[in-house]
Amino acid sequence: MQLYDMPDERGHFGQFGGSFVAETLVEALDELRVMYEKYRHDPEFLAEYAYDLKHFVGRPSPIYHAQRWSDKVGGAQIYLKREDLNHTGAHKVNNTIGQALLAKRMGKPRVIAETGAGQHGVATATIAARLGLECVVYMGSEDVKRQAPNVFRMKLLGATVVPVESGSKTLKDALNEAMRDWVTNISDTFYIIGTVAGPHPYPMMVRDFQAIIGIEAKEQMQEMVGRQPDAVVACVGGGSNAMGIFYPYIDVPNVRLIGVEAAGHGLETGRHAAPLSTNSAVGVLHGNRTYLMQDEDGNIIETHSISAGLDYPGVGPEHAWLKDIKRAEYVGITDDEAMTAFHSLCRTEGIIPALESSHALAHAEKMAKTMRKDEIILVNLSGRGDKDINTVAKLANITL
Amino acid sequence: MSRIQSTFATLKANNKKALIPYITAGDPHPKFTVELMHAMVKSGADIIELGVPFSDPMADGPVIQRASERALVHKVGLRKVLALVKEFRLDDDNTPVVIMGYANPIEAMGIATFAASAKESGVDGVLTVDYPPEECEGFIAELNKHDIDSIFLLSPTTEVKRIDLVVKQATGFLYYVSLKGVTGAANLDVEEVKTRVANIRKQTSLPVGVGFGVKDAATAKSVAAFADAVVVGSRTVLTIEQSSEETLVANISALIEELRSAID
Repeated sequence: MQLYDMPDERGHFGQFGGSFVAETLVEALDELRVMYEKYRHDPEFLAEYAYDLKHFVGRPSPIYHAQRWSDKVGGAQIYLKREDLNHTGAHKVNNTIGQALLAKRMGKPRVIAETGAGQHGVATATIAARLGLECVVYMGSEDVKRQAPNVFRMKLLGATVVPVESGSKTLKDALNEAMRDWVTNISDTFYIIGTVAGPHPYPMMVRDFQAIIGIEAKEQMQEMVGRQPDAVVACVGGGSNAMGIFYPYIDVPNVRLIGVEAAGHGLETGRHAAPLSTNSAVGVLHGNRTYLMQDEDGNIIETHSISAGLDYPGVGPEHAWLKDIKRAEYVGITDDEAMTAFHSLCRTEGIIPALESSHALAHAEKMAKTMRKDEIILVNLSGRGDKDINTVAKLANITL
Repeated sequence: MSRIQSTFATLKANNKKALIPYITAGDPHPKFTVELMHAMVKSGADIIELGVPFSDPMADGPVIQRASERALVHKVGLRKVLALVKEFRLDDDNTPVVIMGYANPIEAMGIATFAASAKESGVDGVLTVDYPPEECEGFIAELNKHDIDSIFLLSPTTEVKRIDLVVKQATGFLYYVSLKGVTGAANLDVEEVKTRVANIRKQTSLPVGVGFGVKDAATAKSVAAFADAVVVGSRTVLTIEQSSEETLVANISALIEELRSAID
């Protein structure tokens, strides 16, 4: 039994979270909340979820001791939770399976999703295909251009990809557009949100479905080294992979939890996506109260990160809470630092990490150097980098 | 009695319905906003609904989102919107002004500062789209402190029990969203809306306005037959979008006159 018991019944993590939506969405969210409460502890539902995680996704994902890289870095031992080995190549699928199974139980034949880099879109299209659900994915038109392979993947899987032309034409605009679809098609549509943001119950529900990462890690670390790590490090955009690995560790004393945001061109430049590590103002966006990158009028400002998956102006409300109660720490890693760690892991360990995960790796590298050789850092390697090869090639002026 | 209450009382005494046009402040340029407000009043608007531009207007359709984008080019934030209302008040002390927008600009300003400043500028009511009653007790208290009405939305999916919760917090009037979807969506089903409004009236004595989907004079007329107020948003904004700077005021005046004579 966990001592940590958040959120409250209306989805608040202290002052954060909640359900800030127009009246037109309240009924749909109430229905979702009631159905999720009904199924989250239902043995049959959980068995179905566990079966898919094992046989469709390939869980449990292993933990790997990156020994050569640890030696090279010099200092603490770095272990990697290999979410990159999941079917579809990232942690996102843990959540889309959970929500799609719920959609099926709720009798909704159509699922919609927003996506930035395309990983959540692919993970949603994948499970929709497997369950025979109609699938529509909203994606900013800028991202559609930048992430062509993932757009094609979604189409192969039978999904309709809708390019969003409004606003900054990126993830946040895709989310706005998906919300609009949902409010118009409430009766037959389930909205699969990809991160621990949005109105209640999404932050809690996505966390619960991603918590499998931390649950496995606790057992695996015990088996491998007979103890828990000194620090757990994960990248944070909206924050779903970080919440997934942090959550089961919140009550474990002496395990530092460190979330790594995208510092883009540098925290001091303003060109980043790091609302927590820059102490941004608290505000309301996408249905929840959290730290937000905004101007003095309360309009959301454009963010920058080399990694599309971290390029989001807000952050899940539970991270905002963990920061305020000082249970987790949040730091920024720049584009350049992430790229260095990316190449380093490729060459030293034979693993191509996602650019998102490379932010966590870069910070682990910094920390490891200041720690003893018998100390342990566990990094959530949230996804594989195959999707990023075009971005990396472009940086090196190479045409593929 | 607030401006909103006395407006509805006078209309009722004359057996008329309220016409509430919406425009986004600062669209297409802040220099037109006050002139447009006066023109709408002159053409028959009873209450003006003034939208606060926001970068992420989740509950609005593409038409109103584009209006926000046009206004934000000119950096029209909440403070500027209040300044525009204040300017409007110099020449009009009777027509109620309702501010409609999203929570974040208000929170960025601070709810207490906003409420005081809104009162000082002559704002009569505030509709915050993403503040359901459960999440804004403190905000309503601030508005009440300054006698500003709290306008709330009711939707086709709002259940009877929930209508009770909303009407307990609401003052001024209720805004019934006539269809599932965002502002400016498909055409509404007048008969269904009529039944819904009749049901809402069983739970409250507040005036009930109907909006989202009132696209032409004919719809306005049929809605006015049973509602206390007709809210027209995307249609006015679309007229602004399709007008040149020279024809803007004349086109909006013509539209409001047409709607006015239809609902009378």
